[in-house]
Amino acid sequence: MTHGIEEQVRPAKAAPEIEQPRRRRPNLAPYAFLAPYLVVTGVFVAYPLVHAAVLAFHQTNGPASRAFVGLDNFRYLLTDPVFHKALWNTTVFALFSLFLQLPLSMALALLLNTSKGRMKSIFRLVLFSPNLVGQIFVGILFSVLFTPRYGLINRFVHALVGWGLEERWLGNPSLVMPAIVITSLWLWVGFNMIYFLAALQSVDKSLEEAARVDGANRFQVFWHVTLPSIRHVVVFVVVTSLIGSYQLFELPLALMPDSYGRGPDDAGLTVITYLYDVGFTSGDLGLGSAVGWLLAVIIFGLSLLQIKVARVAED
Amino acid sequence: MNALQIVLLLLALGFVVLYARSPRNPKLALAYLRWVALGIAAILVLAPFVWLIAAVFKDRAVLNEYVFFPPPSEWSEKTVNLGNLRRLFAGDDTVQGKVFFWQYVINSLFFASAITILQLTFCSLAGYALAKYDFVGKRPLMVFMLGSMMVPPVLLFPPLYEMMVKLDLIDTYHGLILPSMVGAYGIFLFRQAMISIPKEMLDAGRIDGCSEFGIYLRLVMPLVRPMSAAFCLVTFLGQWNSFFGPSIFLQTQSKLTLPVILNLYIGFYQTEYGVFLAGTLLAIIPPAILFFALEKEFISGLASGAVKG
Repeated sequence: MTHGIEEQVRPAKAAPEIEQPRRRRPNLAPYAFLAPYLVVTGVFVAYPLVHAAVLAFHQTNGPASRAFVGLDNFRYLLTDPVFHKALWNTTVFALFSLFLQLPLSMALALLLNTSKGRMKSIFRLVLFSPNLVGQIFVGILFSVLFTPRYGLINRFVHALVGWGLEERWLGNPSLVMPAIVITSLWLWVGFNMIYFLAALQSVDKSLEEAARVDGANRFQVFWHVTLPSIRHVVVFVVVTSLIGSYQLFELPLALMPDSYGRGPDDAGLTVITYLYDVGFTSGDLGLGSAVGWLLAVIIFGLSLLQIKVARVAED
Repeated sequence: MNALQIVLLLLALGFVVLYARSPRNPKLALAYLRWVALGIAAILVLAPFVWLIAAVFKDRAVLNEYVFFPPPSEWSEKTVNLGNLRRLFAGDDTVQGKVFFWQYVINSLFFASAITILQLTFCSLAGYALAKYDFVGKRPLMVFMLGSMMVPPVLLFPPLYEMMVKLDLIDTYHGLILPSMVGAYGIFLFRQAMISIPKEMLDAGRIDGCSEFGIYLRLVMPLVRPMSAAFCLVTFLGQWNSFFGPSIFLQTQSKLTLPVILNLYIGFYQTEYGVFLAGTLLAIIPPAILFFALEKEFISGLASGAVKG
């Protein structure tokens, strides 16, 4: 009870104090608020980044022993046909994302854009739902869907075109990449569709109307009016999905667990699978870091490209 | 001709009939085509989910006999039962004794929640500092943060692994949680959300005697609650599904998270895939519940990131 009385008295007493300038010294609060980030990023991002550059010039045998080898790691990667295969597979996958997945996402976004209300949000939710499932779980599920004779995909393709009931998608080198692409389509088409859909909704409808009145057909309106007005989002989605594609790892790993994601004839080997293999399975963290740096250079280049293209698009 | 081909043919026939009725004004035919295309897309997306549920509840013996569920007339304890789930929860014999499936669920829940709570706290604090204060070194810091977002996470794993071995943090949750407890992406999200809060409001808080931390906690955080919800959802989902880190830092089987153990289960239960599919189904449920609870915030948050950025 006494506490309550004190509180009633306090405001009258405290008021004059507030009138005084409270602080002349620089405000330390922002530094305090940023301190956790600065510490964590210093120890677990900045230092490892530098350390990865050091490691890339060493050969290691597990974390304990290492020897300086100069540029040998990079020289090895330049000549290793297995690494070339990994880089090739990853690039092929990235091209599929660019020229198959994104157009499909855009098509679905266009189909949904003209509809309204409840149906739209239901379809949006359904098409997006695979993104709730982690890549590993998607891979596990699809590894069974591709089972010869009994798998859902084998049965579906057979019913549709009369081919491939007994096909071992994940055991046939020429079908491994298509299988990964099919899986990634199921997973990501709805994700990019959300971005395109949001952008399409902000397009000025009167511009499209004007073009149509001028006699442009549906495709011309899309190509000359709609697409240019959402170019920022398109650039953003293209670059983020390219960056994502170059980091493909978990899908093939869970699809083909017997070979740790490499697949028959290394047909499913990606850059990160290669890194995982040499760095953590074989224990050469130095070579692993070298692969990591090459991947970082690719991704950095793609990000720069985005900034450049975005600037051009601005004008 | 099978059922699937007949259905597709009928759908195509529907379009032809509608188009033939009024070729000059094909509005109806095009609307029909749009809904058919969307319907097919939705079925293709949902089919694997339905198949997964069916595979989990079908008995081992009839797993391959029916594409989805058996017809109602053959529905019995022999065809549809909880056998796969029972096997899943029966436990694994490991070097450290019996480990039950619940353990992995709890591990995943703990790991994902811990990172979500830490990220929410530290990202919002740092985001607030960047949004509402001017201080020496702010610009270079933001440039550094933008640059750090371009670094592929996988580049950090070899040196981090070495570091964790030296610090003796391998096979512990500390080693797994510490590096991910705050990140540039989350900080920028919070900065973006907080930058429009009027300065007068914060000054009013100061005059009323609120400490700087009090202003953050009592004035700023309640204002960005919808964003915080979306952020928590995205963070939780990402960590719940994350594989690379847990798979290299954790070793003892009783400490593994769901993605890691389920990936191992494919090898353990090669032919009885009903068992690891049961685990996969259970692993999908918590994120789905969260998502449906927060769907609106999530989708609008995702989309605004692209349009503003």
